[in-house]
Amino acid sequence: MTQATIESLAHDARKPLPGWAAHIAAPVVGGLIGLGIGVFLIVIAGADPLAAYAVMFQGAFGGARQIQETILKTAPLLIMGLGLSVAFRARVWNIGGEGQYYMGALVGGAIGLAFPGWPSPLLIPAMLVGGAAGGLLWALIAGLMKVRRGVSEIISTLMLNYIAILFVQYMARGPLQEPGGYLPESAQLVAAARLPTFFGTRIHLGVLIALVLIPLVFALIWSTPLGFRLRAVGERASVARYAGIQVERMILFALAFSGALAGLAGIIEVSTLHTRLKGEISGGYGFSGILVALLGRMHPLGVTVAALFFAALTIGAQSMHVVYGLPDALANAIQAIVVLSVLAVDALAHRR
Amino acid sequence: MHGIVKRFPGVIANAGVDFDLLPGEVHALLGENGAGKTTLMNVLYGLYRPDAGEIWLRGRRVAFSSPREAIGQGLGMVHQHFMLVKPFTVAENIVLGQRSPREPLAHDMRQTHRYLRSLSGQYGLAIDPAAPVWTLSVGEQQRVEILKALYRGAEVLILDEPTAVLTPQEVDDLLAILRRLAGEGKAIVFISHKLGEVLGVSDRITVLRDGKVVETLPAQAADEHGLARRMVGREVLLRVSKGPAQPGEVRLAVQNLSAVNDRGLPALRGVSLEVRTGEILGIAGVAGNGQTELEEVITGLRRATSGTVTICGHTATNRSPTAIGALGLAHIPSDRYAMGMLRYFTIAENLVLQRVGQAPFTQRGWLRKDIIRQEAQRLTAAFDVRTPSVENPARTLSGGNAQKMILARELARQPKVLLAAQPTRGLDVSAIEYVHRTLIAQRDSGVAILLISTELDEILALSDRIAVMYEGQIVGVMDGPGADIHQIGLMMAGSKRSSL
Ligand SMILES: Nc1ncnc2c1ncn2[C@@H]1O[C@H](COP(=O)(O)OP(=O)(O)OP(=O)(O)O)[C@@H](O)[C@H]1O
Ligand SMILES: [Mg+2]
Repeated sequence: MTQATIESLAHDARKPLPGWAAHIAAPVVGGLIGLGIGVFLIVIAGADPLAAYAVMFQGAFGGARQIQETILKTAPLLIMGLGLSVAFRARVWNIGGEGQYYMGALVGGAIGLAFPGWPSPLLIPAMLVGGAAGGLLWALIAGLMKVRRGVSEIISTLMLNYIAILFVQYMARGPLQEPGGYLPESAQLVAAARLPTFFGTRIHLGVLIALVLIPLVFALIWSTPLGFRLRAVGERASVARYAGIQVERMILFALAFSGALAGLAGIIEVSTLHTRLKGEISGGYGFSGILVALLGRMHPLGVTVAALFFAALTIGAQSMHVVYGLPDALANAIQAIVVLSVLAVDALAHRR
Repeated sequence: MHGIVKRFPGVIANAGVDFDLLPGEVHALLGENGAGKTTLMNVLYGLYRPDAGEIWLRGRRVAFSSPREAIGQGLGMVHQHFMLVKPFTVAENIVLGQRSPREPLAHDMRQTHRYLRSLSGQYGLAIDPAAPVWTLSVGEQQRVEILKALYRGAEVLILDEPTAVLTPQEVDDLLAILRRLAGEGKAIVFISHKLGEVLGVSDRITVLRDGKVVETLPAQAADEHGLARRMVGREVLLRVSKGPAQPGEVRLAVQNLSAVNDRGLPALRGVSLEVRTGEILGIAGVAGNGQTELEEVITGLRRATSGTVTICGHTATNRSPTAIGALGLAHIPSDRYAMGMLRYFTIAENLVLQRVGQAPFTQRGWLRKDIIRQEAQRLTAAFDVRTPSVENPARTLSGGNAQKMILARELARQPKVLLAAQPTRGLDVSAIEYVHRTLIAQRDSGVAILLISTELDEILALSDRIAVMYEGQIVGVMDGPGADIHQIGLMMAGSKRSSL
């Protein structure tokens, strides 16, 4: 994605909406068009499109277990998307959510591995704080490069992704590898290092955190002077500077905040899903998070819907793959087409 | 244009406007701030779709859905604020969005440059096609806009307040160009708040008030007072009266100040001046002689290379805009879009831009939107900023109302020193009267005012002392009352220095 496209998407997102109808109708129409295009792909792959879509829907919402799955998938996307919305509102293009996620997972995971004897009420907060700090510091590198040297954060955060991912892979294969193990993985986290779950389901503390973050981010953006300044920097840095806003500080904050939430998402996933550190712990949340933030128009409620939509699409596509034996790539392609058409219709709807 | 109606939420910007334009005429559009002039032209240009009404062009009914279509039909528009891509050069901006047979691989920039040079030479729009737009002054950017429309071969040329940013000499040149273009059969819409210009250049004048046509009359049949009365609906003072100044202690002192411009060339060369409480010091000068840089250095937006700025006895040289603001300086910026306002923020948010983090607007870390709204309502009422709601985005304000919003915000900070740069640019006659009164009232209440204006009339009307700037230096200082216009003119042109 070029800077120009991101900026134009973000620009559209800052326009006041022409009404609730367009607000809701545009994504729905876009989604339907995307699924419509997907029909052709499914037909080419030799399956019945209606049945395939039914399976997809069933897979995401068909029962308690499926809904649970979708919610679990939503949480990390939502957390990342919320953080990135704050950054994007300041026009800070943090493309490094993936790297920050990995560094958060690493720091939080290392704490979990290092103190297996701690009681859960101590260990869990330590891991969560560590995870957020890991992501925050990693993003701050890009922030300092930007305010000190004028390095574009788009490039630096992107590059830092590779470093972070490879570093975690190295750690999982080297210093943190399970003693006596063969796989490039750390030892499993002890039970005290797993986030608690609720009501006998797999819904865990991370989901709760994501839910709490929705109003918090909303309040940050709209109800605090900090949010006001971030938005001012995003709208026009020259005016913000004229108004006495310390633009550099806002840029640092935007990166730090989005980095911290990305790191938090990382440690939550490691603590609940993977239960250990290894090379592959993300599934591209860092990148889907960007789309979730933009699709959600950088508004906490929009981001929530977008995260849910994205999660459902992923889960549904998986079951289409499993049930119909349709290739994995097809499911991914349909997912991408849907996202593109939602974005396209959305952009069209908000012209003039 | 017949019966054009354009509504915005809460306002009817055009309420059934009839407007016709003949080839070979300059047709002036007059009206108060917010009367609907810009809106009407945006409708013509395809930027807005009218809610009712018809547009006919050369005997055919047209409905442009985009400016691109309008341009294709020979329309050209120079907007009230510029639509230029700052990092691009002049020539790049002009060819932007244009097709040439060799595109996309090679647009022959050299030929474009040559053509632009001849075009700009022909019309006296001195401009370097290779200069990046961000290095140009406001006045120069305006010339680029005009050149762009000419380059695209416009038959109908709409100019929305083109002269607001030009120097008197440039205005004369532009008016001559407009006459020449009209002589070649082009049709020109000319929007201006300056009645003298309007009378001088136009063939016919249409006056709008509250979105309706008051009258369309031939220019010969009009005079300044009559036009002002038609626009406003009452008698207006074209020049406010003021008592003598009561200057006190020095509030703003600038000593030997030097700075470079965006291109790294010296823009200020040892400027010294003092402004005392209770007086207005006016800086006269042709645009581009260092006024913008002086404004920026004093407000902390540009570094001084040497020299000092002192505000109320405290050194302010090269400090942050916040720190300088805290010393008691308020600033009405000359470039209201680049510095003064956030177009997508609400009017209320814009009105508390610098004060938002302080009590009572923030309490215990939370914004108090109710209090911000009350303050905004108080200020918009006090300064007659016309808008259906302070919760509307600032971009919905007409040009003049946006300027009043900035003025309201800056004066609400109760400054000790006020730097007012082009404070009445784009304002209608009654708003100018109001702003001038306000500035004088501020002076009388003890504020030290540094007025930077390329409008010589404004300098003469307001200043207690006048300093003339030329090529980054103050070439003369004289008393305001009774100042010799001829002498100031000569100094502005650089041909005379007064012994200080
Ligand atoms: N995009 C918009 N959305 C909402 N209201 C608008 C919009 N544009 C203009 N208006 C409103 O329409 C009215 C007419 O505005 P317009 O810009 O046409 O005035 P104008 O005659 O050009 O004034 P000025 O001399 O100050 O430039 C104003 O009340 C303004 O607030
Ligand atoms: Mg206007």
